[in-house]
Amino acid sequence: MSKEWPLWEVFIRSQHGLAHKHVGSLHAPDAEMAINNARDVYTRRNEGVSIWVVRALDIVASSPADKDILFEPANSKVYRHPTFFPMPEEVKNL
Amino acid sequence: MKIDNKIKDAKINYLLRQGDNALILSQQLSQLCGKGPALEEDMALTNVALDLLGQTRMWYAYAAELEGLGRSEDDLAFLRDARQMRCCLLVEQPNGNYADTMMRQFFFDTWHYFFLKALVSSSDPRVAEIAEKSLKEVTYHLRRSGDLVVRLGDGSVESHAKAQAAADALWMYSGEMFIYDAVDTAMVELGVAPVADSLRADFLEHVAEIFAEATLNMPAADAWMQRGGKKGVHSERLGFILAEMQFLQRAYPGAQW
Repeated sequence: MSKEWPLWEVFIRSQHGLAHKHVGSLHAPDAEMAINNARDVYTRRNEGVSIWVVRALDIVASSPADKDILFEPANSKVYRHPTFFPMPEEVKNL
Repeated sequence: MKIDNKIKDAKINYLLRQGDNALILSQQLSQLCGKGPALEEDMALTNVALDLLGQTRMWYAYAAELEGLGRSEDDLAFLRDARQMRCCLLVEQPNGNYADTMMRQFFFDTWHYFFLKALVSSSDPRVAEIAEKSLKEVTYHLRRSGDLVVRLGDGSVESHAKAQAAADALWMYSGEMFIYDAVDTAMVELGVAPVADSLRADFLEHVAEIFAEATLNMPAADAWMQRGGKKGVHSERLGFILAEMQFLQRAYPGAQW
């Protein structure tokens, strides 16, 4: 068994934010301690109102090598952006 | 409202005891900054030290104000000798290994939590205010130190042995907070401070609960308890803690930075 504690990714929802944002990672032996550690390491300056922790191993990521194939084609298709439509005032947080 | 002088002195003394407890434990934890067993633990412990320092300031500010001699919070922290410090003996016990540090913290946090919880309904609004602010921090301290005592006690053979040794060695310092003297009693009579009996019962119940989960043997509740800290009778260790903490103000009086 490895002596290192497993790695966890930490997501914090800030006071005014609507979604949890990735803020960094840390080591902890289990979920409970990961939450405690996240509180101690990442919310010392009043950053958050809610914490998520996810085992880094459980995150599935796209491969950096696929960057061109995955994202390049969207580059030249400016008509996909909704900037050509005026948004009504009442629609918030879009 | 005119406060009787004797009562006033008792109250200042009482406030200093709370401030001194928080200050000395904070200083001890600060010495572990950069030496924690893991980065996350290191920061957590330092956070606790900072919380306690903030609480020290609130107690000292109020004590200095009542005293009315123009002494500042800094004067109270840096210019009093061991004989004038009123912290309980528990907080001056050495950091030792991590089980020692966490067991000391757990005993202190357990008392501190129930104490502050009762103090929230103090007849002195300023005391109640400090208690309410501190209680939020201390609730977390207790959750954390209890969690770590369980992990150490119910961990490996070695961590269990160290946690049990720490509990046995520190137990005799866990009773002083509940042994009331004339100052404490005067504060209870005024409704400023809570009575000791119910606090002690809550303390024992919580320690028993955590120790059961941690598979640790709880020392006897009626064991002999050390005392003296409240009166300024300390172990020689406090002198060393103060020597380091106060060095700058002693060597360069009034130095600012």
